[in-house]
Amino acid sequence: MAPPKTQRLERPRGAWADPLFRAACAGAATFVLVALSGIIIFLTVDGWPALQKFGLGFFTSTEWNPVTDIYGAAGPIVGTLISSALALAMALPLAMGIAVFLVEFCPRALSRPVAVAVELLAGVPSIIYGMWGLFVLAPFFAAKIQTPLMMSVPDGSWLSKLIQGVPNGANVFTASLILALMILPYMAAVFRELLLTVPAQVRESAYALGSTPFEAISKVVLPYVRTGSIGVIMLGLGRALGETMAVTFIIGNSHVFPKSLFDSGSTLASTIANEFQEATGMHSAALVACGLVLFMITFSVLAIARGLLSAQRYG
Amino acid sequence: MLKQLAVAIGATLLAGVGVAAAADITGAGATFPAPVYAKWAEAYKAQTGVGLNYQAIGSGGGIKQIKAKTVEFGASDKPLTQEDLAGAGLYQFPTVIGGVVPVFNVGGLQPGQLRLTGEVLADIYLGKITKWNDPAIAKLNPAVRMPALPITVVHRSDGSGTSFLFTTYLSWSNPTWKAKVGGSDSVQWPIGLGGKGNDGVSAFVKQTPGSIGYVEYAYAKQNRLNYASMQNNAGQFVAPTAANFAAAAAGADWAHAPGNYLLLLNQPGAKAWPITGATFILVYRQQSNEASCKGVLKFFDWGYKNGDPAAVQLDYVPLPAQVKASMRKQWAANVRGPQGPCYP
Repeated sequence: MAPPKTQRLERPRGAWADPLFRAACAGAATFVLVALSGIIIFLTVDGWPALQKFGLGFFTSTEWNPVTDIYGAAGPIVGTLISSALALAMALPLAMGIAVFLVEFCPRALSRPVAVAVELLAGVPSIIYGMWGLFVLAPFFAAKIQTPLMMSVPDGSWLSKLIQGVPNGANVFTASLILALMILPYMAAVFRELLLTVPAQVRESAYALGSTPFEAISKVVLPYVRTGSIGVIMLGLGRALGETMAVTFIIGNSHVFPKSLFDSGSTLASTIANEFQEATGMHSAALVACGLVLFMITFSVLAIARGLLSAQRYG
Repeated sequence: MLKQLAVAIGATLLAGVGVAAAADITGAGATFPAPVYAKWAEAYKAQTGVGLNYQAIGSGGGIKQIKAKTVEFGASDKPLTQEDLAGAGLYQFPTVIGGVVPVFNVGGLQPGQLRLTGEVLADIYLGKITKWNDPAIAKLNPAVRMPALPITVVHRSDGSGTSFLFTTYLSWSNPTWKAKVGGSDSVQWPIGLGGKGNDGVSAFVKQTPGSIGYVEYAYAKQNRLNYASMQNNAGQFVAPTAANFAAAAAGADWAHAPGNYLLLLNQPGAKAWPITGATFILVYRQQSNEASCKGVLKFFDWGYKNGDPAAVQLDYVPLPAQVKASMRKQWAANVRGPQGPCYP
């Protein structure tokens, strides 16, 4: 039955605003794309002189010498990857533990306040973590963990090689520890939201089949949110990769490969933060190129996450 | 309620525009002198109604901004060479003096008790001298028993005028340092770990027994850090005091420094502290805006005349009177607006 043709003579009220509304929304979406491409263009154009001059050496050399204007970012690149990976390895089990406890075991009266506290922690500015790391964690770590550990392992063993360094708490390991602390509340909060999406029936069915809480969580609940968990991990990794101030304070800032876990190093972000202010010419180009490399790394992390998520969506 | 808020915001904005229209002086650059410029600006505004908009974006940024002509003056801890100045049509002059102080953490030593020379300090930073009881250090400190403690070297991780002065001083004192590392606001440090800013360096030094670092004089003084005495050009061991910084500035030969390119390192004089440096202002020699040209020089003339107490209070060292006098003469000869000299 076709609708009568003459029913609507007047346009509905406010119809004139419709195209405007559509244009505004499209504008908002375009704005993000424009900003993103603007950033890529800026990083590429301003960093190009350095990439062109040093070529592949920019990625393989650890020579970073502002006096002779020779730059290789291998040290910061490796430092970024190591510190982020370590931070993730430390934060992930803890974040899962926090989230599972809050959702599965915590008494209802306590669960809400604790969850809010975790979310508040996620909002602490990174400079606070940096200062706390420098003035509290580093001395404590040096006196109570690093020094006793170095004294107790035999000289020349592989373990002593792993932990050698200046015993003052400013090293790749403490930087990763701070990073782990920073991404932990964030990851725990998102992970908790994720667990809350598991339908009660799924959980109840598992228990009805006679599962212990451990079995129910590890075999039913966690696999249920598997795809989302990858997202959580990547979000955490993304934040760890780009984190600047806290790391700058505590990583020790030397542009070489860290020789051990307790040696000082640097990350791409900390190098840029340290040197950009006073840099001119090729130095400034090399720092922008560092920014481009960091952007690429973060971008590929996100791309891999997307890939994994879409591969698993119907799995 | 909303309306009131809007009116209030509007009024504030208008007021802001009004102030800006009263020809504020704009400048950008070095962070080191920023506190003293801020203090001068506050008093200057109270007296004359003219404000200063100074952005402490770092010396490198200051040089970039003045070259891009987005500010009326640039500020840098690192003087530009005569060729650089001539190429850009710029003129530079010093405002206040500061210096760099080696600080260390060795139990049992009083401030100033440890004596070092530039050459030994460079060898420490090169990693050639690794223990505090090294013969080279022991020879300079016959009265003290130095412990067999390993030396931990701490340096600035961020590019800074402090590092520029320190590494340039090491270059002047030690040929190996000059050949291998050189002097710049950030260098490829052979060894050691980097702390961010003066506070980062001093935190590492305080927390690491056997460590040595370097900080700005004002920072060392305010935090009562354990400093070393340095041997100066005259062979004397001197402590970093305001008088000794002033001695370095007074002994310097400004008259024969083309373009005022002068590092106050290793200056003659029995009391001169060897790692001293001035901070500089950059302006164009030939300017098109008469009011702005005069305004900048008027501000710094005021600072020369009335700013010393504020500088001393903030632990900067004022320029000696004869240096100020010769700078004023230079202004008259070097900085011109469309209608002739901008000063006096």
